[in-house]
Amino acid sequence: MPKRIITSIQAVGHRIIDGIWRLGCAARFFILVLLKSAASFLRFGLVIREVYFVGVLSLIIILVSGLFVGMVLGLQGYETLQKYGSESAVGTLVALSLVRELGPVMSALLFASRAGSAITAEIGLMKATEQLAAMGMMAVDPIARVVAPRFWAGVISMPLLAALFSVMGVFGGYLVAVVFIGVDEGAFWSSMQNAVDFRYDIVNGVIKSCFFGVAVTAIAVFEGFDAPPTAEGVSGATTRTVVTSALAILGLDFVLTSFMFRGVD
Amino acid sequence: MQRTIIDFWVGLFVMAGMGALLILGLKVGNLTSYNTGESYTLIGNFENIGGLKIRAPVKSAGVVVGRVTDIQFSLETYDAVVTMGINSYYRFPKDTFASILTSGLLGEQYIGLSAGGDEEMLTEGDKIMKTNSAMVLEEMVGRFLFDKAAED
Repeated sequence: MPKRIITSIQAVGHRIIDGIWRLGCAARFFILVLLKSAASFLRFGLVIREVYFVGVLSLIIILVSGLFVGMVLGLQGYETLQKYGSESAVGTLVALSLVRELGPVMSALLFASRAGSAITAEIGLMKATEQLAAMGMMAVDPIARVVAPRFWAGVISMPLLAALFSVMGVFGGYLVAVVFIGVDEGAFWSSMQNAVDFRYDIVNGVIKSCFFGVAVTAIAVFEGFDAPPTAEGVSGATTRTVVTSALAILGLDFVLTSFMFRGVD
Repeated sequence: MQRTIIDFWVGLFVMAGMGALLILGLKVGNLTSYNTGESYTLIGNFENIGGLKIRAPVKSAGVVVGRVTDIQFSLETYDAVVTMGINSYYRFPKDTFASILTSGLLGEQYIGLSAGGDEEMLTEGDKIMKTNSAMVLEEMVGRFLFDKAAED
C-alpha cells in the first residue's frame, strides 16, 4: 500500500518536473529561432513559400467562418437590442466585438487548428524520417532552414488573417442586419464609426493578433521539433499543439485585454 | 530571383490583408474624422462633468468640431479642467458658452459650444469663461422631490 502511494506521488512529481523541463526547452528553442532567423530574412523566398501554405491556404476557412460569425452576431444582437428599441446599435455591437475580441481570438484558434497542426506534423515527420539529421550532416542548420521561415510566416500571416476575419464579420453583420432585417443603413454605419476608435480598438486588435501569431507558431514549431520520431509521437505532438495553442490564446487574450481595456480612460 | 505562382498568391494575400486593415480604419473606425495636427486647444472649467470621457466629441450646432483631449481635477478651484482639441478650421468668439450635454436620454455625453457675439476670437490655450455643468439625473430627481415637498 505505501509503495503505491509513493509511486503515485512520484508520478505527479515526474509530470511537474517534466513540464518545467519542456518549458525551459521551449524558451531556449524560441530564443534560438529568433537568433537564427536572420538567414530566413536573407532568403525571403523561403518565408514567402511558407506564407502561402500557412496564410493563403487558411483564407477559405477564415473568410467563411468570419462571415458566419458576423451574421450570427447581427442576428443575436438585433434580437436583443430591439427589445430596448436600439436596434441601430447593432452595427456598434458587431464591429466592437469583432475588432476587439472575436476577430483576433477566433482567427487565432482557427489558425492553430488549420496551420499550427500542419506545421507540427510537417516538422515532426521531417524529424521522424531523419531529414533534419541529414540537413545537419550537410552543415545546413535545420532551425535556420526549416523552423525559422515557418515561424515568421505564421507571425506575418496572423494579423492579416485576423483583419480579414473582422472585415468579413462586419460584412456578415451588415448583410443580416441591413439587407435581411432592414435596420437603417446610415444608422448602422454611423453608430459603428462613432463607437470604434482606430487607435484604441483596431490597433489594439492588431497587436493582439500579432501576439497570438507568435504564440501559436512558436508552440507549433517547438512541438514539431520536440516530437518523438515515431508515428505515435508525431500524432501526440500535433494534438498537443492544438490544445496548448488554444489555451495559450485564451489565457494571453485575458492578459492582453486587461492591459488594453481597463474600463478607465 | 525566380518567380513562381506562389509569389503571386502571397502578394494577393498580403494586399487583401492590408486592404482589410484599411477598410477597418476607414469604414468601421473613425480614422476619417481624425483631425491630424492642425488643431488648437481650449480649456474649460466645469463644476461637474458627469460621465464625460476623453475623446468625447465637442460639437457646435450638432457638428463635431473637436474632441476632448484631457480631463484633470484642479486642486485650486476644486473643479474639473477639461482640455479640448478644436479643429483649426473652426474659430469661436471669446464669449462662447460651453455646456456638457447628453445625446438622447441615455446616450454619450459631449461638450456643446454655442458661439457668442464677441469680436475677438478664442486662440490656442484660451480658457472658456462661461461653462455649464452636466445634468446629473440623481440631482434632478432630488431637486424635483424637494420642490414637491416644499409645495405641500
